[in-house]
Amino acid sequence: MIPEVGGGAAFAALALAVWGAVAAAVGGRTGRVALVESAQHAALAVFVLVTACFALLTYAFLAFDFSVRYVATNTNLGTPFYYRITGVWGALEGSIILWTWMLALFTLLVILRHRESARELYPWVLTVMLAVIGFFLLVMTVAAPPFERLTPAPANGRGLNPLLEDTGMITHPVALYLGFTGLTVPFAFALAALIAGRVGDAWITMTRRWTIVAWYFLSLGLLIGGWWSYHVLGWGGYWAWDPVENAAFMPWLTATAFLHSVMIQERRRMLKLWNIALVILTFGLTLFGTFLTRSGVIASVHAFTQGTIGILFLSFLAVVLLTALGLLAWRWDALRAQGELDSIVSRESAFLLNNVLLVAATFTVFFGTVFPLLSEAARGVKVSVGAPFFNQVNVPLFLSLVFLMGVGPLIAWRRASPDNLRRNFVLPVAAGVLAAAAFFTLGVRSALALLALALTVFVAGTIAVDVVRATRARLRMGERVLPALGGLLLRHNRRYGGFVVHLGILIITLGVTGSHAWSVQTETTLRRGEAAELAGYRVRFDGLTATEESNHFKVAGTFTVSNGRVVGVLRPAKKFYPQEQSPIAYVDYRLGLKEDVYLVLGDFARDGSQATVKVQVNRLVSWIWIGGLVLTLGTLLAILPERKKAA
Amino acid sequence: MNRRVWRWLIPLSAIPVLALLAYGFRVNPREVPSPLVGRPAAAFTLTTFDGAPLSLEAQRGKVVVVNFWASWCYPACYEEAPVLERNWRRYRDRGVVVIGVDIQDTVEAAQKFIRDFDLTFPNVRDATGKVSVDYGVYGVPETFFVDRQGRIRAKHVGAVTDEVFRRHVDRLLGDTAG
Repeated sequence: MIPEVGGGAAFAALALAVWGAVAAAVGGRTGRVALVESAQHAALAVFVLVTACFALLTYAFLAFDFSVRYVATNTNLGTPFYYRITGVWGALEGSIILWTWMLALFTLLVILRHRESARELYPWVLTVMLAVIGFFLLVMTVAAPPFERLTPAPANGRGLNPLLEDTGMITHPVALYLGFTGLTVPFAFALAALIAGRVGDAWITMTRRWTIVAWYFLSLGLLIGGWWSYHVLGWGGYWAWDPVENAAFMPWLTATAFLHSVMIQERRRMLKLWNIALVILTFGLTLFGTFLTRSGVIASVHAFTQGTIGILFLSFLAVVLLTALGLLAWRWDALRAQGELDSIVSRESAFLLNNVLLVAATFTVFFGTVFPLLSEAARGVKVSVGAPFFNQVNVPLFLSLVFLMGVGPLIAWRRASPDNLRRNFVLPVAAGVLAAAAFFTLGVRSALALLALALTVFVAGTIAVDVVRATRARLRMGERVLPALGGLLLRHNRRYGGFVVHLGILIITLGVTGSHAWSVQTETTLRRGEAAELAGYRVRFDGLTATEESNHFKVAGTFTVSNGRVVGVLRPAKKFYPQEQSPIAYVDYRLGLKEDVYLVLGDFARDGSQATVKVQVNRLVSWIWIGGLVLTLGTLLAILPERKKAA
Repeated sequence: MNRRVWRWLIPLSAIPVLALLAYGFRVNPREVPSPLVGRPAAAFTLTTFDGAPLSLEAQRGKVVVVNFWASWCYPACYEEAPVLERNWRRYRDRGVVVIGVDIQDTVEAAQKFIRDFDLTFPNVRDATGKVSVDYGVYGVPETFFVDRQGRIRAKHVGAVTDEVFRRHVDRLLGDTAG
C-alpha cells in the first residue's frame, strides 16, 4: 500500500512542478497574472505532496514496513526509535526526499514573503525554484525511488549504517541540506534578475537574509559534521579534506565571498557581474557536491551508492551552468560596473582581496578534490592528494583571510587616509605583536602558530577598538554603559552581527591552531593494571566488559584517567554489528576548555588480560564548537529586522 | 564586435570541467582489481544447507561461480539471487556450477532466503568466516569467477546481472587452452 501511494504522490508532484515552472515562465513573459497564480497553487500542492511522501516514509520506518525496500535496507527490528526517524534520511533515496521537501518549503516561504514585493522578478523566481524542485522530483521518481517494493518482504531489515547511529546524524544532514537548499533562493533571484533584465540591487537586497541564513546552516552543518567525525569516527580529528567534506566546504567559501561582495555592490554599485557569477558558482557547487556524494565517481567514506543518478546530476549541473552563464553573457552590457576602484588602500580593495582569496581557496579545494580524476584522465593512474596538499595551500590563504577580517570592517571606503589607518590599526597591531612576543616567551616556537595567534589577537583588537569607540560616543550622549552597548548592537545589528560572526570565526581559528600545534598522542598495549602516561595524564587499563545491545555486540575497555587526581573512568569500545564486516569504534573522551582526553580502543585479548589503546590529548578543540555557538549568536543578530535609525 | 564574441567564453569555460566529471563515469567502481585474480582459488570444503559436504576441489574441470551472500544484504543479494538461479539452470549442462557461500548469517534466515527464491544451486555456510577471509571478501555480495583449472579469473563486487554472468562465464567456457 505505502509504496503505491508514495510513488503516486511523487509522480503527481513532478507533474505539478513542471506545470508550475512553465506557467510561471509564460505568466512572467506575457504578464498574465492568472498563470502566475496557477504556478503558485502548483507550488503549494507540490509542498503538500512532498510532505505526504516524507510522512509516509517516516511512518513506514516507524512501523518496520520491510515491504518497502528502502526501509528494509536502512533499518532492522533492533534499530532504536530515534534512529528509525533519522534513518529516513540516512541514505540516498530518503535524503533526496528531505532535500526536495526543504526546497518546497523554501518555495512556499518565497511566495509568502516576496509575492507582492518582487513583482517583476517573482514569476521567474518561481520558475527557477519549481524547475529545481522538478529536477529533484525526477530523481525521486526515476533514479532513486524511495518507495520501491521489495518482494518477498524479508522478516527483518539490514539495519542503518552503524556510523550513522549518532545524534550528530540527526542534525548534520538537516543543517547541511538547509544550507544547500537555502542557497537555491539567491540563485533563483539572480537568474530571475538576468532573465527580467533587472540586474540592479533589488535582487541582492531581497535575498540578503536568505543568503545569511543559508550560509549559517551550511556553517552549522560543517561544524556538526566535524563534531561527528571527532567523536564517532575515532581518528581524533574533525576535518580530513575528504571529497565530501570538500564538497560542502566549497559552496561555503563562495557563499562567504558573496556575503562580503554584495556589500560593495550596495555601497559602490560595483561588482554586479561578479556577484551574479558568485551566486551561480555557489549553486553549481552545491549541485557538484550532491553529484560527488551520489555518483561514486570519486571514492569517499561518505559515498552513497552509485548508478544512473550520477549521470542525472551531471546533466542537471551542465544545464544549470550553461543556462546561467549563458544568461550572464547575454546581459553582459547591463552588468558592467558603474563604480571604480579609487585606491588600493580602501575597504573596497580589502573586500575584493577577500573575495579573490576565498575563490582561490575554492579552486585549490576543487582541484585537490577532482585530482584523482584528472590524473586518471591524463596518465591513467588514480592518485589522490591528501591533507598535506590542502593544508599547505590553504593555510596561508586562510591566515590572509583572517588578517583581512581585521582590516576590512574598519578601513575607510574609497581611500583610507593615514589618519584613518592610525586611529584604527595602531593599537590592534601592537596587541598582535605583543601577543606573539608573549606566546614566544611562553615557549611557543611554531612560526605558524605564532602567526595565527598574533593575527587572532589583532582582529579581536580591531573589533574591540570599534566597539569601545562607538560605545564611548553613546556614553557622551548620556547613556549608561550597558544600554549603550545593547543599543549599539541592536541599532547597527548588521554591522555588529558581522563582528560577532567574525569573533566566532576567530575562536574557531584558535581551536584549529591549538589542535594542530599542540595535540599529542600515543598508542600502546597495556596489561590489566598497567598504565600509560601522556602529557601529565596516567591512563590505567582496568579490564574489558562485553554486553549485548539491541542491534549489536559491544566490547568496552575500562580505563581510569588521572592527572594527580582521578579525572574519570573512560570506556572506549568496539561495536560488532552483524551486518558489518569490521567492528565500529566507539571513542570515549573528557572534553575540556584547555584540552580533551580522548581514548580509542584497538585490539584486545579475548580474556580481557590486555588491550591496545590510543590515547590522545587534543588541545583547544572545544573552542571550535564554542566558536560555532558564537557564530550562531552573530547570525541571529545580523538577521534581526533592521530598526529605524533613531534621529 | 570582438567583445561580443569574447563574452560567450564564460559559459564555454564550464565545458572542460563538465567533461572531466563525465569522464568519471567511464571508470567502473564495481570492477575491483583484486590481487587474487590470476591466482589459484583457495580450496574449501563446507557443508551445504542440505547437510552434504561440498568442496571446491571436486569441481575442477568446471567453470565455478563462487558467490558470497547473506540474507540481510538488501538490495543487491535480492537482485542477484534470481539472476544466479536463472543462469545456473541455463548453464549447468555446459559444465558450469554456481556455489553460494552464505556468510555472517543465521541458519533460519538463510534457509528462508533460499526457499523464497527457490534456489537450486548448492549453497554452503561459512560459519567460521574462514573462506571469506581467504577470498578477501570486503562486503556482500561479491562474486568470483573460477576457471576450469581452478584459478580465479575475475571478481565482481555488487549484484551480478545477466550481462556480467554471461560475459565472464562465456569467456571462461570458450577458454579451452591453458
